[in-house]
Amino acid sequence: MLQSKSFLKRTKKGNAIKVVQEHYLRDDIWCSVECCTLCLQTEPVLSTSALLTKQIPRPHYIVPDTNVFMNQIDVVEHPALHDVIVMQTVYEELRHLSLPIYNRLRALINDQKKRFYVFSNEHHRDTYIQRLKDESPNDRNDRAIRSAVKWYSTHLKKINKENHIEVVLLTDDVGNRTKAQEEGLSAFSVREYVEGMTDTPELVDVLENSSNVEGDKKVPYEEGSIFSNVDGVETQVMILGRPCLNRAIQGDVVAVQLLPKSEWLRTPTAVVVEEEEEANVTADLKEDGEPKEQNDDLESEALESSQPTGKVVGIIKRNWRPYCGFISKKSVKSSATSTFAENVLVIPMDRRIPYIYIRTRQAQNLMGQRILVSIDSWPKNSTALGAAGDKSTETEVLLLEHDVPFQEFAAQVLNDLPVEGEAWKVTEVHLPGRADLRHLNICSIDPPGCTDIDDALHVRPLPNGNYEVGVHIADVTHFVKPFTSMDEEAANRGTTVYLVNKRIDMLPELLGTNLCSLRSNVDRLAFSCIWELTPEAEIVNVNFTKSVISSKASLTYEEAQMLIDDTRKQDDLTKGIRILNQLAKKLHKKRLDRGAITLASPEVRFQLDFDSQDPVDVEMKELRETNALVEEFMLLANISVAEKIFSKFPASSLLRRHPSPTPTKLKELSNAINRFNFSLEFETSKALADSLDRAVIPDNPYFNKLLRILTTRGMMQAVYFCSGTLQFQDFRHYGLAAEIYTHFTSPIRRYSDVIVHRLLHAAINSEKNYGQELVDINKMQKLCDASRNSVELHTNIFFKGKIEQDEGYVTRVLKNGFIVLVPKYGIEGIVYSSSANSTAKSPTTPQVVYNPHNNSLESVTPSGTVSINLFDKVIVQITVDEDLVGGMRQKMKMELVSPFIPGLSVSDNNLRKKEARIDDEGGNGKRMRIDD
Amino acid sequence: MSIADTYRIITVLLTLISLMSRQELIGPQGLRQDGRRANELRKIKCKPSVLSQADGSAYIEQGNTKCLAAVYGPRETRQKAQVIHNKANINVEISLAPFSMPQERKKRSKSDRRLLEIASAVKQTFEPIIMTSLFARSQIDIYLQILQFDGGTIQICINAATLALIDAGIPMQEYVCACSAGCHENHILLDLNNTEEMADTPELTVALLPKSGKFTLLQMDSRLHVDKLEPVMNLAALGCKEIYETLDETVRENVKDLFQKSSPY
Repeated sequence: MLQSKSFLKRTKKGNAIKVVQEHYLRDDIWCSVECCTLCLQTEPVLSTSALLTKQIPRPHYIVPDTNVFMNQIDVVEHPALHDVIVMQTVYEELRHLSLPIYNRLRALINDQKKRFYVFSNEHHRDTYIQRLKDESPNDRNDRAIRSAVKWYSTHLKKINKENHIEVVLLTDDVGNRTKAQEEGLSAFSVREYVEGMTDTPELVDVLENSSNVEGDKKVPYEEGSIFSNVDGVETQVMILGRPCLNRAIQGDVVAVQLLPKSEWLRTPTAVVVEEEEEANVTADLKEDGEPKEQNDDLESEALESSQPTGKVVGIIKRNWRPYCGFISKKSVKSSATSTFAENVLVIPMDRRIPYIYIRTRQAQNLMGQRILVSIDSWPKNSTALGAAGDKSTETEVLLLEHDVPFQEFAAQVLNDLPVEGEAWKVTEVHLPGRADLRHLNICSIDPPGCTDIDDALHVRPLPNGNYEVGVHIADVTHFVKPFTSMDEEAANRGTTVYLVNKRIDMLPELLGTNLCSLRSNVDRLAFSCIWELTPEAEIVNVNFTKSVISSKASLTYEEAQMLIDDTRKQDDLTKGIRILNQLAKKLHKKRLDRGAITLASPEVRFQLDFDSQDPVDVEMKELRETNALVEEFMLLANISVAEKIFSKFPASSLLRRHPSPTPTKLKELSNAINRFNFSLEFETSKALADSLDRAVIPDNPYFNKLLRILTTRGMMQAVYFCSGTLQFQDFRHYGLAAEIYTHFTSPIRRYSDVIVHRLLHAAINSEKNYGQELVDINKMQKLCDASRNSVELHTNIFFKGKIEQDEGYVTRVLKNGFIVLVPKYGIEGIVYSSSANSTAKSPTTPQVVYNPHNNSLESVTPSGTVSINLFDKVIVQITVDEDLVGGMRQKMKMELVSPFIPGLSVSDNNLRKKEARIDDEGGNGKRMRIDD
Repeated sequence: MSIADTYRIITVLLTLISLMSRQELIGPQGLRQDGRRANELRKIKCKPSVLSQADGSAYIEQGNTKCLAAVYGPRETRQKAQVIHNKANINVEISLAPFSMPQERKKRSKSDRRLLEIASAVKQTFEPIIMTSLFARSQIDIYLQILQFDGGTIQICINAATLALIDAGIPMQEYVCACSAGCHENHILLDLNNTEEMADTPELTVALLPKSGKFTLLQMDSRLHVDKLEPVMNLAALGCKEIYETLDETVRENVKDLFQKSSPY
C-alpha cells in the first residue's frame, strides 16, 4: 500500500519548501517474538523469558517513549533491562534530537544480550496513522506509539490466549499515560516501573542522579601548565591559580590569553602543591595576546628565563571522561543504616581533577571503595570498583584513569576471527599473490617470554658478493580487514599496553599470539621487505612483497648472543646471524655518523613473585648487542617503507616525525653541565650526539646516562602525522636522523603499523584501492602513557612497608626542594628543602637558600656550607606514605640522608622519629587542602 | 555557468550534505526511509497511447518520478545535414518541466548540459536496438518530458521511450529496460530515489535487453569499489527484468484493448 508523505521544510536560508516523499506500508513487518507462530520471521529478537517485576508479575516487553531515552538512557542501558521494543517513531525522533543518545541506543540495539528490537511501526500497515487536523507532531507521534503498543498487545494475545506476554508503555508524560490507560494499555512512568524492580535497587539511584542533580565543584589546584602553539613555536604557558584556570579540567582544549610580560612567572618555579606535577593540559592556544616574545630578541636576562603566563578565557572543547576517585569520609554525614540520599564529596585519584560532588543513597556502602565518577554537566553515575590498596583494583584504576579499554573483546569482535580458530593453517588458497619463502632460514629474535612475535629476519649471500637481507613482519592485515568490528576495536585500542604483570592486547589473543605471531616451525603469512645490501651495508635495491614464511627458530636475545659468540657453531642459521650482526654494526655506525642520538630512559624490569605477582625485585633493563641488531634492521625497514608509501601516496601517508628540540630546555641543561666543563650543542642532531659522547666522567659512569635521560626529556615527543599536512623538510626524525620514517614493524601491537601495512599493500599492488583510513591516531599517545605509569604503581607496592636508603642523582633544583632520580629503581621523587612545618618547629635550623646564579640550594651548617647542585650524588631514604587521606592515595616519599643538612636530612638513628614527622606533615598538608 | 551560479550550487550541496549526515538510508530492520527493502523497486505505473497526435506515446511513473514520452516517425528528415543515407537518424530531446522539482523553480533550457548528456545516453542505448536500417534517410524523434522528479532520470527516460516506441510500432530487436542500483555502507540498494541519490551514494544505471540478457548501457558518475560493481550490476539487472515484466504486461493489455476496439463486434 502506498501513502504519500508530504511536509513543509524550512531550508537553512529560511525558505519554506514542500517535500513529497513516498511512504510504503507493508504487511511483512514481523513482531520478532520468539514463540510467535503468526509471523514469518527468521531470527526473532525478543525472547519469551522477558522481564518480571513486582508490579507486573507476568513476562512483558517494555516500550519506552522518546523522552525516556532522552532523560533516562542510563537506566535503559542498565543490564537489568532487556527485551525492549523500540518503536521506529521513537528511533527517528531520537536521531533528530540528540546524536550521542541515538548512538548509545544503536549500541544497545546491536548488543544481542539486551534484546532490543526496532519495530518499524511507521511502515506497518496496521500501525501506521496519519496526522489529524490540528494535531501537533508530538501528539501524533505519541498516538503512533500507542497504536503500535495496542497492535502488539492484541497480537501477543492472538499468539497465546491463555498465557500471553504483556506490553508495557513507559512514559513520563502524564497525558500520554492516561490516554494509554483509557485505551486499555498498561503504562507506567519510569520511576514507578524501576521502583518495581526489586532485584536491582541501585537502578533507583541511577534514575535519581540522572534526573535531578545539584552540586558544585571545587578546584583545589593552583598550578597547571599548558603546551601550546604560539606562532608556530611550541611553548609552555603557565596558568596560575584557580581564577585563571577558569574551571578548565585536565585535557580540555582551552583559549588562553597571555598576561602582560611583567606578570610572567620566573623559572624555576617554586612548587606550590606538595609535589611537582607535570600538568600537561594539551591546549590549543587561540592567540588573544600579542606574540611579542618571538619578535623581541633583545629581552633582558631576567625576562628571558621567565615563563609565559596566562589565563584561560574560554573552554573550546571539554575533555570529560570517567574519573576514578574515593569518597571523602568527612563529607558523609548519614549513619550506616540510613538510606537517604545525600551529597558526598569525591576526591579523584588524579590530583589535576577537582573534587566532585555526587548525590547518592549508598554513601556508606561506597566508603572505602574506589569509585568511578563521570562528570556530565554534573556528576552522573558512580560504580564501585573494589577495595582500595588491592593490586588488581589499583591496576584497574590505573587503566581507567588512562582510558585504556581493558575489557575482554566483545563477541562481535571475536566473530571476525577466522572460523577455523586454532586450527587455521596456511593453505594453497593463500599462495596466489604471495612469495613462497618457506625454504629460507628465517629466525626471530625477541625478549624472553615474548609470545607476540612481530618480526623475523633472514640473510643469504648472493653470487655477486652482496647479501640479500629480509625483514618479515606478521601480516596482520590479512586477518584484520577494514570496516570490520575487529578493525574498529583495534583502532580504538590503538596499541597493546604492557603493564608490569599484564598485557592488554590490541588484537584478540588468537591472532596476536598465534595466527599472526611468527612462531618457529609453522607456516605463517608475512609482509616481507627484502633488500640487496653490499657488504658495506649500502642498499642496492629493495623489494616489498606479501609472503609465506616458516621461521626456523625463535631465539631470545641471550640465545642469539650465545650463537654469535660460540665459535663452534657453524650451521647456516648461526652464520646468518653473524652476518646480520656485522651488517647491523655497519648500519649503526652509518646512522651515528649521520647524527642519530643514543637516548636513554630509566626503564626498569620487575621480578614478580611467582604466586602473588607482587614485585619482589627491580632491575634495570639490559641492552645486548643482539637488541641493537634487531633494532637496526627494523629501523631500516621502517625507513624503506616510509619512502615507498610516500612515493605512492604523497598526500596521505602515515609517517612519524620527531621535531628538533626547543633550544631553551637544552640550554638550561647545557648551563648546568658547564660546571663539569662540558657543553651541549644542539644545532643539529649530529652535534648533539657528539657533545653527548664527549660528556663522560670516568669515575662516574652513570653521569653520561643521566645526561642522556635529561636530554631525552628536553626533546619533543615524536608524533605521527599525515604527509599531506606538512612540508617535506618537516618530516625529519631528529632522534634517528632519518629524512623520513614510519612505523611498519609491529602491526600486532600498534594500530598505526596496520594502517601502514594497508598503505604499503596498496602501493605495491596497483589494483587495490584504499580508503580514508588515516584517522584517529591521537589516542595512541594517551595509551602509551599507561605503560609508564604502571611502573610507578608497582614501585609503590614494592616499597610498601619498607624503608630503603639508596644513591640518587639530583636532576632538577627548585626553589624549595630538588628532584632525585634513583637509578637502581628508575624512580624519581622530590625532596623538600623547606616547608612551613619544619621551620615552625625548629626555628634554629639553618635556612636552605636557593641560589639563582648557579641554580643550586645552599645551606650554612656548623661544618661549613653545603650546596646541592644539579647532577650531585646524594643518598636518599625512600618510603611509601600510606596514610595520606586515609590511605586512599599512596605516595612515595624521599628524604635526604647525605649530604647531611640539619633539619632537612634524616639519619639512621632518628629514623623512627622522622617517620612520624613525615606522616604528620603529609597528613596535615592534605587535610588543609580538603578544608579550604 | 557564472561564478554566482557555481557558488549557489555549492551552498545547496553543502546544506544537503549537512542534512544527510543525520539521515540513515537503511534502518536497523533493513527498511529504507520510504519503507522499501534494499532490493525492492518503487511502484511502477504505466500507460501507453496517452497522446493522440504523436505516432506513439507513453506515460510512466516510477514512484514519484513521472515521465511522458512521445515518438514521431519514422518520417522525413527536417534538415538535410542530418540525413544518414543507409539508416534512420534517431533524435532524442529531453526536457524537465519547470514544476518537476519543488525546491528549484529554475527553468532549464533544452540545451542544459545534464539533460543533453542523458539524451545522448538514451540515443546510444536505442541506436543498436531499433532496426534503423529499415528506414534509410528518415528520422525518428523521441521527445521525453520529466513531469515530476524524484531520482532515476535516465532509467525512466529509457523505459518511457521503450514503451512509446513499441506504441509507435517501430521495429525493435527487443525491449530495453533500465534500472539503477547503488551502494551505501555495504548495502546494495535498488532503484534509488532522490534522497538516496543526494546522500553521495554511487549510482549505476543499467539498461538491459531482458531476453538476451545483454547490457546496452552502463552509466555511473561516481566512484565505486570494484568489488561492489558486480553485485550492484546484478541487482540492477534483476530490477530491469522486473520492469520488463510490468512493461510487457502493459503492452499486451494495450494490444488486447486495441484489438477489441478495432474488431467490428
